[in-house]
Amino acid sequence: MTEEVTISARNVIKAFGQGSASVRALDDVSVDIRKGEFFTLLGPSGCGKTTLLRLIAGFEMPTGGTIELDGVDITTLPPNKRPVNTVFQSYALFPHLTVAQNIGFGLQMQGKPAAQVKARTNEMLELVKLESLANRKVGQMSGGQQQRVALARALAPQPKVLLLDEPLSALDLQLRKEMQSELKRLQMETGITFVFVTHDQEEALTMSDRIGVMSNGKLQQVGTPKEIYTTPKNRFVASFIGETNFLPGTAEDGAVRLSNGDRIAVETLRAVDKGRAVTVTVRPEQVRIGPAGKDALAAKVTSLVYFGTDTHCHVALSDGTEIVVRLQSPASGDAGLSIGQDVGISFGPGAAQVVED
Amino acid sequence: MTQSPAERLQIRRSARNGWWLSTPALVLLFVAAAGPLVIMLIYSFLTPGQYGNVVGVFSTDGWRGIIWSKDIFTDEYVLADAHMTIFWRSLSLSMMTTIFTFIVGFPTAWFIATRPPSQRAMWLFLITIPFWTNLLIRTYAINEVLRKEGLVNLVFLNLGIIDQPLEMLYGPFAIFVGMTYVYLPLMVLPLFAAIDRFDMKLLEAGYDLYASRMQVLRRIIMPIVKPGIIAGSILVFVPSLGAYVTPRVLGGGKQMMIGNFIELQFGQGRNWPLGAALSMALLVVVMIALLVYVRYANKDGGKHHG
Repeated sequence: MTEEVTISARNVIKAFGQGSASVRALDDVSVDIRKGEFFTLLGPSGCGKTTLLRLIAGFEMPTGGTIELDGVDITTLPPNKRPVNTVFQSYALFPHLTVAQNIGFGLQMQGKPAAQVKARTNEMLELVKLESLANRKVGQMSGGQQQRVALARALAPQPKVLLLDEPLSALDLQLRKEMQSELKRLQMETGITFVFVTHDQEEALTMSDRIGVMSNGKLQQVGTPKEIYTTPKNRFVASFIGETNFLPGTAEDGAVRLSNGDRIAVETLRAVDKGRAVTVTVRPEQVRIGPAGKDALAAKVTSLVYFGTDTHCHVALSDGTEIVVRLQSPASGDAGLSIGQDVGISFGPGAAQVVED
Repeated sequence: MTQSPAERLQIRRSARNGWWLSTPALVLLFVAAAGPLVIMLIYSFLTPGQYGNVVGVFSTDGWRGIIWSKDIFTDEYVLADAHMTIFWRSLSLSMMTTIFTFIVGFPTAWFIATRPPSQRAMWLFLITIPFWTNLLIRTYAINEVLRKEGLVNLVFLNLGIIDQPLEMLYGPFAIFVGMTYVYLPLMVLPLFAAIDRFDMKLLEAGYDLYASRMQVLRRIIMPIVKPGIIAGSILVFVPSLGAYVTPRVLGGGKQMMIGNFIELQFGQGRNWPLGAALSMALLVVVMIALLVYVRYANKDGGKHHG
């Protein structure tokens, strides 16, 4: 992976509808997608992630802003003139064609000689391990097989960017896991830039080089999975990716004072925030639980939920603010805590982060 | 509700054993469909009576009369040019009607199928409205539009596009216009049914894979909606070939088609065997043509279907 930019969206706006009834599906989105990376657009349904993908594919024209591909403005180029291919959510395979004909379609439309189409089709069939089904009609195949055909079809013309619109959402869990590693393998082998749309945070975290988190038509944060998870920029990103605790308080020197007077040290607190109302976020697995003491916040256990691998312990601070603590379950399964017990909670270094609302 | 294989077998068996319940329908079908055909077949091998009807003397003159006519002076059989003209006119007009209803019907069906679901019913309703009126009246309405003082001439004259009224009536052109109008819904409805099932995502997939609009139409849309095209073509071509009312009213009685020619044999012509033979021949030719057409049209698709 290089720092070279493949897709560059600048101030992209997409409005649907007219006049006062118009809705902004994309509201001033700017993003750079690097060459050869696995970039994921993550967000809840209706956040605009699919719209952004469709703009890159050329199925929609933006209301404002520009999209560049390798430095060339492609904003108004029709889809058939863009070296970009899409894997559709519903696969959209051609039902009247065989697997091989589906895969060769793009190359054929590009006017490639028959021998080259055939060679490339065979190469693709091998890549997605469907050699034995080359002459099968696509309607007679399972979801996972159709998925592979859709991938092979989109990869065959060697696009500069492969767009994937929630391609795994129709598959069952087992198959989805399989296809996740398959996709990652294909991306590594081909070296093609993947832009992957999903609403599944786990999928995004495990597969991506970088993630763009979207909500309400805006790009909330762009970063590596670790950056997104450990230093979420705002409340939405923190809550959408993984579980977290939010603690309201007031910024002081290197710490945040909660309403009950407790202080939480936050290393990354900015000086300008001093005196302001801020929100601290702490991941449940970063909270440490121990005996009550002066280095810890006083809390009382309110409930314990056993999840097998871990146990969720809900504790309440003196003012009733609830914090969820995720503890790895010991071999006995008993976390050694009981409801009503007085405990002290503390946070590891860097665990507490201030987020924008 | 799930059924065990044994239960399913039981249900299938009882369904198979209950066939006799459809006896009334089968009898009706036989009497109403096969009966007249048998009578026609028999009549076609008999001799014409003096005042119509037939006399019970075996003859193949009816069948020969389709293509040859007996010279009244020499008693020799010569090729009946007039019949050939009628057959050719019927065939070419029916084909033109089929092609033209497709050219007009396809965009129409596409338009309806791409409306929001709430509006589709209304458009389909509008398409079928002409069926509510008697065919004869609809045909006279076309007559009214095409005649010398009719709507088309009136508009064109007033717009200064022409300075002499066009002679459109009583000829192949008028028959063609009339049949296109009358049979258009029969093309639109099956096309709509096929396009309605068409997954519009495939258009995007096509464009995405470098196909031009024309290539998407030819390589994706046409092959997939082909069953609708075949059904529509058959539904238009078959009744066009045997059309009677439209050529009668718009062809002015001189520009006959097969339908009128057959009617003539049972009326003024008083040659029932020839009429019966013509009817049977038309039936056989249409059936063979359909078989060839369906086979040919499916050939390409059949290859893909493996």
